[in-house]
Amino acid sequence: MIEVKNLWHIYEGRKIALKDVSLTIENEILALVGPNGSGKTTLAKHLNGLLKPTKGDVIVDGINTKEASVAELSRIVGYVFQNPEHMFFEENVFKEVAFGPKNLGLSKDEIEKRVEWALRSVNLKGYEDRSPYSLSGGEKQRLAIACMLAMNPKYLILDEPTTGLDAKSAESVKEVIRKLKEKGHGIMLITHDMELVLELAERVVLLYEGIKVFDGTINEFFQLDLRNYDLDKPELLKISERLSVGFVRNINEFVTSLLRRMRA
Amino acid sequence: MLIRVEDLSFRYSRAKDYSLKNINLKVRKGEFLGILGASGSGKSTLCLTFNGIIPHSIKGEFRGDVYVKGYNTKETSVAKLSTIVGLVLQNPDSQLFNMTVEEEVAFGLENLGLDPEEIRRRMKWALRITGLEGLENEFPPNLSGGQKQRLAIASVLAMKPEILVLDEPTSQLDPLGKEQVLSLVTLLNKEQGITIILVEHNTEYLLSFADRVIVLDKGEIILEGKPKQVFEEVDVLVRLGIRVPASVRIAHEFKKRGILEKAALNEKELINRLKTLIKI
Repeated sequence: MIEVKNLWHIYEGRKIALKDVSLTIENEILALVGPNGSGKTTLAKHLNGLLKPTKGDVIVDGINTKEASVAELSRIVGYVFQNPEHMFFEENVFKEVAFGPKNLGLSKDEIEKRVEWALRSVNLKGYEDRSPYSLSGGEKQRLAIACMLAMNPKYLILDEPTTGLDAKSAESVKEVIRKLKEKGHGIMLITHDMELVLELAERVVLLYEGIKVFDGTINEFFQLDLRNYDLDKPELLKISERLSVGFVRNINEFVTSLLRRMRA
Repeated sequence: MLIRVEDLSFRYSRAKDYSLKNINLKVRKGEFLGILGASGSGKSTLCLTFNGIIPHSIKGEFRGDVYVKGYNTKETSVAKLSTIVGLVLQNPDSQLFNMTVEEEVAFGLENLGLDPEEIRRRMKWALRITGLEGLENEFPPNLSGGQKQRLAIASVLAMKPEILVLDEPTSQLDPLGKEQVLSLVTLLNKEQGITIILVEHNTEYLLSFADRVIVLDKGEIILEGKPKQVFEEVDVLVRLGIRVPASVRIAHEFKKRGILEKAALNEKELINRLKTLIKI
């Protein structure tokens, strides 16, 4: 479990980024949402020790991040940044994914096994010899996830994992996230894509101006008036509300429910 | 025709495949053209050909011709073309580099060698139309995502281009920022008569506001028409990995079951159609 306890973060000489935020993450898909500048990324960077609390504590599986190095923590908490194109530096996809496991000092066999598994998980099998820079946006995003998977961290933070991706790439990234959750990982999605939240998340934490203003189930979350937080309901939920269909998470649920009413 | 693309093919140096293959396209003055396609389909490459960045700055094998207001882009400098075609990219941070909002907008104008009076006039106009009045002395990195992207648009607008090419301008923005930028695009097209070429994943918007949409796949235009025609082809769009608006995906399900006749409905149209069907 990751526990964030009364976390404050104040950037040097700047405004307060986080004010007394507490939350936990277990084996679940948690969406951390809020408009730009609400503190989402600042919070997430505390989970693998990239930032240290100004006040309060972050405990990762019993380890206080104040007493651990980023290197240690990053074996437990993987962080996939937005716009991953800036993080690649190897000449091919295989080497890029193998880089992390190599640094862990794993055997050649184990490294190959992990790279193979990670690439298969994100549907990039067969791309081993390609240059990371020759990949499309969706492929780069999936490569960034594969690099993290190869480290086999228990928790995975994904910052806007589907931003800028077309529907097909977004779908395969979502599939990877669901699979990881089933395998026992804890996932934190940082996003303001409300459609992604609706489809994927189980629990939602809403930050607004550095304060946690909501922590609850996906169903409860979408009962909030999101316009107050510079967010908006997904189109599907708007349509569903106008037709009194109630809470649905995808098109199929909506269609099934409406067809039932038409027959009645 | 304001833009004519004739038999255009382009292959980046060292790339195996062509990113654009035999593209033919015309854009009328005042038109709003939407471009759809999966990642890697050639959308961004096509955008870079309109102001001459391809082939002048980005090298590769360039075949065919692009004419902008009669100028062949091969024979016209990027500086000249930039006064006709303004280009706005995905990430506003990579387009802003001045200390204040005002300097950001003035920067391009000073390079045009305009007199100070004209610079002031254009700057005021660009900031007013993008809703950034009052923020003249702000430090651009301190702006919100939507404000930053509107500033990037203001800097381009100040050059008084007839054509604005926007390549996924909202993909990095939060919902409020997206709405601000897209309403601005609508206003620039409808009220200022600026020709718009927009690459956008928010397909709800294109369905309601674009005059025409083209769909790219592996460097080729495979669908072209009014949004109402293009979004009727739901199966093709889904196969290509294009985001289809929720209203269209729902309508498509009812169309398959013989309950609705059309799939290309926006939110309002769908709600009205379904309401009459369930009689509420």
